[in-house]
Order: sequence, then C-alpha cells, then structure tokens
Amino acid sequence: MSTIGSSSPADAAALAATGRGSFFNDPKVRGTFWQVVLVILIGYLLYSAVENARANLAAKGQVFGFDFLSAPGGFDINQHLIPFSSEEGSTYGRAFLVGLLNTLLVSGIGIVLATILGFIIGIARLSTNWIVAKVSQIYVEVIRNIPLLLQLIFWYNAVLKPLPNPRNALSFGAGIFLSNRGLTVPEPTFGPGAENVAYAFVVALLFAFGFRHWARGRQERTGQQYPTGLVALVSIIGLPLLVYFLSGRPIHFDVPVQKGFNFSGGLQVYPELVALVLGLVLYTAAFIAEIVRAGIQAVSRGQIEAAHALGLRQKPTLNLVVIPQAMRVITPPLTSQFLNLTKNSSLAVAIGYPDLVQIFAGTALNQSAKAIEIMLMTMAVYLAISLVTSFVMNIYNRRMALVER
Amino acid sequence: MSAVTDPSIPTAEIPISEARSFEGYVSAMPVEPQAPPIPSTGLVGWLRAHLFSSVGNTILTIIFGAFALYVIWGFVSFALFDATWSGSDREACLAHSGREAGACWPMIKERLAYFAYGSYPIPQRWRVDIVFLLGAIGLVWVLWIDAPRRDLGAFYFFVIVPIASYCLLYGVPLLGLPIVDTDLWGGFLVTLVISSAGIVAALPLGILLALGRRSKLPVISIASTIFIEVARGVPLITVLFVAKVMLGYFLPERFDPALMVKALIAVALFSAAYMAEVVRGGLQAIPKGQQEGASSLGLGYWQSMRLVILPQALRITIPGIVNTFIGGFKDTSLILIIGMFDFLKTVEVAVEDPKWSTPVSGPTGYLFAAIIYWICCFGMSRYSRAVEMRLSVAHKR
Repeated sequence: MSTIGSSSPADAAALAATGRGSFFNDPKVRGTFWQVVLVILIGYLLYSAVENARANLAAKGQVFGFDFLSAPGGFDINQHLIPFSSEEGSTYGRAFLVGLLNTLLVSGIGIVLATILGFIIGIARLSTNWIVAKVSQIYVEVIRNIPLLLQLIFWYNAVLKPLPNPRNALSFGAGIFLSNRGLTVPEPTFGPGAENVAYAFVVALLFAFGFRHWARGRQERTGQQYPTGLVALVSIIGLPLLVYFLSGRPIHFDVPVQKGFNFSGGLQVYPELVALVLGLVLYTAAFIAEIVRAGIQAVSRGQIEAAHALGLRQKPTLNLVVIPQAMRVITPPLTSQFLNLTKNSSLAVAIGYPDLVQIFAGTALNQSAKAIEIMLMTMAVYLAISLVTSFVMNIYNRRMALVER
Repeated sequence: MSAVTDPSIPTAEIPISEARSFEGYVSAMPVEPQAPPIPSTGLVGWLRAHLFSSVGNTILTIIFGAFALYVIWGFVSFALFDATWSGSDREACLAHSGREAGACWPMIKERLAYFAYGSYPIPQRWRVDIVFLLGAIGLVWVLWIDAPRRDLGAFYFFVIVPIASYCLLYGVPLLGLPIVDTDLWGGFLVTLVISSAGIVAALPLGILLALGRRSKLPVISIASTIFIEVARGVPLITVLFVAKVMLGYFLPERFDPALMVKALIAVALFSAAYMAEVVRGGLQAIPKGQQEGASSLGLGYWQSMRLVILPQALRITIPGIVNTFIGGFKDTSLILIIGMFDFLKTVEVAVEDPKWSTPVSGPTGYLFAAIIYWICCFGMSRYSRAVEMRLSVAHKR
C-alpha cells in the first residue's frame, strides 16, 4: 500500500528525482506491488478452490453442470403459483421458478402491508396523544429487539397451529375463516368480459396521471387548482366499477363454506404463508416506523413555521412542505428495509413455507446433491434483486437529491 | 393597517377624512369577561392536553387504551397470575378445575442449565462460566467509555479473550483440560460464541474492508467493494447453507472443519461486510484536513490511520457497531436452521420434550426466549443510544 495516500505522482517523481525516495519508497511502485500481490492471492484462492471442487466432485462421481434443471424433480410443492406436480414430471428448473415466485409473492405482500403499518405506527409515534405515542413506542421497542426467527416460530407454532380445525374455524364474516388449515377467503372467479374491468382500470390510471399533469400545468399558468386527488380516486374506482356492471358483472366471489372436516370453495392461504407474512410485516413495520419518525423529525420546525407564515393551512403544509422533504430522508433506508424483508423471507425455511431457499436450496438440493450449482443460483437471485433495487434507488436519489447552488 | 404606528408610510399622504375614521368608535359598554383558560398544568391539564384534546383524540385514547390494557392483562395473567410455579412434570402445568393454564415456569427452571450450556459435559461447565466471566470483564472494559487503559482493554477483548476462550471451551489436554467436542456445545454458550465471533473477527476485518473500499488502488478497492456488496446482497441463511453444504467442496479433502467452525467463518465474513459499511460511514465523517494534517506531519498511510483517522472514526461509529452487533446477535438464531444447538434451538427442544408437553409449553418457552433476547438487545440499544447522546454533546461544544 502507498506510504502517503494523498501524494500525487508528480510528488513521487520529484522525490525519486532528488534521490531521497528510493525506488521502493515510490508510492506508485508500492501500490502496484500490493495490488499484484492481492491479485495473485485471490487468483490462487480461486484456482485452488476450483481444483479442490473438481477433485472432490470427481471423488464423489459428480459432474458440475446445470443439466439437472431439465430433469424431473420427483417431489411435490404444496403452494405453487404455476402448475407443478411430480406425477407430470415437473423439473428442477420449474421448482426453481415456483420457489422464486413464492419468494416474490411473500415479499410483495409483505412490503405493501409493512409499509402501510410502518407509516401508521411511525406517525402514531409522533402523535400528541400520549397513549397513542407510548403504545407505538413500546411496539417498536419490543418487536425490534426480538429475533425475527423467534417471532416466526412463535406465530407458526404457538398461534396458528393450535387454532381450531375447519369445523370450528374462527369466522370473521364475509366468508373469511381462520383455522389450523390457514386463512380461507372468498376466491374471485373471472367470467368472460372480466378483462374489460382490468382494461378500464389501466385506462383510469392513465387518465388520472394525465389529468394530474394537465391540472399542474394549468395551476402554473393560472393559479387555479383542481382537486386532482379526488378526480383520480373517483376515476380509478368508478370507471372499473362502471365497466364491471356494464359487462354484466363478470367477477364472482366463491365464498367458502364449512363442510365436514374442510372447506368447500374459497381460496386457501396456507398457514405457513400466513405466519410468514404476519411475522415479516410486524417485524419490518417496527423498523419502517423508526425510519418514518426520523424522517418527519428531520424536517426542521422552521420549515413548518415558514409554511404557516405564508398562510398555508395544516393540510397543505403537510402535503407540500413536510412530506416531500421527509420522503427524501425516508426513501433510501425504506428501500433497504424492503430489501431486508425480501432477504428475511428466506427464513421461510424454518416454518416450511416453500420459498426459493426452502424448495430449491432445501428439497431440490437434497434430492439432486447439486450443492454448488444450486447455491450459486439461489445467491445469484437475491444478489440480482438487491443490485437491481440499489441501481434503481441510485437513479431515484440522483433525481430527488437536494439541488444545491 | 394602522397608519399611525407604521413609520414607513408618511402620514401626510393619507387623506385626513380617512385618518379620522380610525377614531370614530369608542365602546360605551365594558366587554364581557372571558372564561378562565382551560387549566394546562396539573393532572387534569395534562390529561386534557395529552389524551382528550379533541373528540378524535378521545376516541383514539379509548381504542389504544383498551388495546394496551388487553395486551398487558393478557401478558400479566399468562406470565404471573395463571402461571404454574412449581411441579415436576406436565401434570402440574395442565389446566385445572376452572383455572386457565398459564405459563409453565417449572419447565424453564428445570432446563435452565441446558439453555445456558447445551450438552456441555456437566463436570466441565466451570470452564464455560470462566469464559462468560472473562467475556463480561472484556465487554465492560471495552464498552465503558471512561474505563482506564481502554487500549489494553481492546487488546484483552480482541486477542486474549478469544484465545483463552478457545483453550477453555475446546480444551487443551496438555493443561489438563480434556477436549470437549463442539457438537456438545449448545444453548446460550453457542449463541454468545457465534455472535462474539461476529464482532471479534468481523470488526478488524471490517476495518480492513472499509479502508480497502476507500483505497485509491483500483484492484484493492474493487475487490473490497465486490466482497461487501455480495455479502450484503444475499441472506445470511444462504451463506450458512453455503458454509454447510458447499464449503466442503472447495476445501482439500483432508480438511473437514466442524460445523461450528464453518458457521463461525460464515458469520464472521457476513458481519464483516456490514461492519465495513458502518466503519466506512465513520471514516467519511472525518474531515479531509485530518488526513492532510497527518500527511504533513510525515505520517505514512498506516501510521496516520492508526494514530489519527481510526481513533476518531471508530469513536463515532461505536453506536453503529453496537447496532450491527445487535443485528448479528439476533441473526445468530438462524444457525438452528443448519442444525446447530443455539439458545433458541435448546428452547425448541425443551418445548417439544414429551415430559412437559402441554398446550402452554410452546408459548412459555417462546416467551422465555423472547424475554432473554429482548433484555440483551434492548440493553445494548440503550447503551448505543447513551453513547450517541454523549458523542453528540461532545461534538456540540
């Protein structure tokens, strides 16, 4: 490593020229030397690792390769978003996809719910109501300081498993039941014409964005405001609803009915998924709450006072002054919490939810004994998710960063 | 509006008729006295201000108060009022005539030693006790900001304690300490060993990685960055899986480290990446002038780091390091997934023991584990907050 980090090549040349600095004291030479040493070291480690792996694989009669992905798996997965069955010879590659989709499913649900709950708790922590603030604070302090794994095991083993069987399931009305088979909810079934509702939703969404754009331009020109939020809400809810009725109500809900020892109809959400979502959401929400609180507190009081001095009332102050500035502080750590949630969803393996790690790095690995290939693929997936997210975040941060003179 | 008091507007320019209109009205009646202000001090005032300031607030108070009471009542009645305090097997913990079954504390009491040491041989457990003691002394020495000779403390904690712990826990037959296989280690001992390795090995490694990432030498900087980002991008559980099922392939056949060693390496490397980012944050907070000052005094890179930059950077990163350690301490529980007997696993084993198998044994065990974890983590987070406050005060002067 160089002797003085900040000395420029010119200094080094001068030193060398005066003869005080010998060839070996030249920071450039030293830097190159240590880098070459590091390259050789890493190269050697990689080389010996590969050589060892080759020898070990040969000793066990295995070959490195990803051919096994097209071989039939011979195991079943209880929760699969795409068809998967050992009888039809579903492959390892398909098991990988099933696991990946399950991971994305639980992460997606978890991120949405954790964000909502986290924002509510974070704002509640700043409430002027003493008991609201205290309850939220205690929630955060308790949840954050207990390992997620323990919470997951608790929800799964101590709460969901001892629930009554479907015959005596807890009913929440509207066809929602909770039993030891998990959560049973009405299942939407889509008849012909249901796609129109989806199109209407997309159209309404586009319209809402277009309207907001137009209203902003108009406000800049004339100073007149339109209630864009209300218009967006009405169009996004109203238009699909209108199309729904016009196309003859194509979406039905298949309400589950308690029948014998199980339910007939309805959508069965496995208890593993319920426990995992519950644990992840409650845990991550505590962290998000802290981020939200810190973000709001980071907006200096002077900003709020200045907004009041300009005549803005409470709501516009919040919408136009506090939230935009708080979001700038909140967003980066919030994304890292989303990533954490995604990575933490791998704890599914402890309670048997068939996510990527449980199915692919667990069952598939045990069946195929392709440890190296499977672990590389699994880690690559998580790495890709996290790299893509941080790439998008960097772009976002550059756009949102404070523009300074 | 008042033309008289505003000096910026010359009075002469205002028409006299308009100026006169200001003195047009004089009230003949005394104004009704206002009601006394709502008390804002004392208990009533405090309740009014903090709980019942508006209708919405009152509703919130009632909802949250009811929720808090419900949770607290449920907790207290389970853990204290309905709890079973003595007994020798599951019979004692079952629900009896009209009484709900609460926590089954005798189960915990009986298994307390198992939770602490796992299957460590009973005659040798004094060795574990000494390690706990040595570790506690080191921890106080390092974490207590005003302790004397903290440099010596750091040396003690990062060099002497690990070596002594290894000798005591694993055993040195020459010194009359029989070898205790790592498979027998368990309980809180394993949790502590793994999470301490997360800091004892990860902190120095993390410092090197952080310096490497900030290095001007491209190869070193790229290598450090790749390592840090890869380790932070994958879940710990996959790293542990790699250590368990994949590491064996990359080592020569004569090498077959115990699962404990593999887990130690995995956790240490994993935490090092997180530690590196914390330390890098601290390094970035040190003004450039410090490095330039050190250079102008003729200090080389390592000298300036050791004597000028790192002492300052590490001091301000203590809260971050402790927070990383808390995360590591909680994450240590994941090693049960690769089949190691950490604290949480011993609790699970106790819960599933048929001798104590009752409907309440699960909740009791998890509650106990949660309380232990909570005390450790909450204590550490309080400490880190106290240090943070102190540092920010010192900074403001």
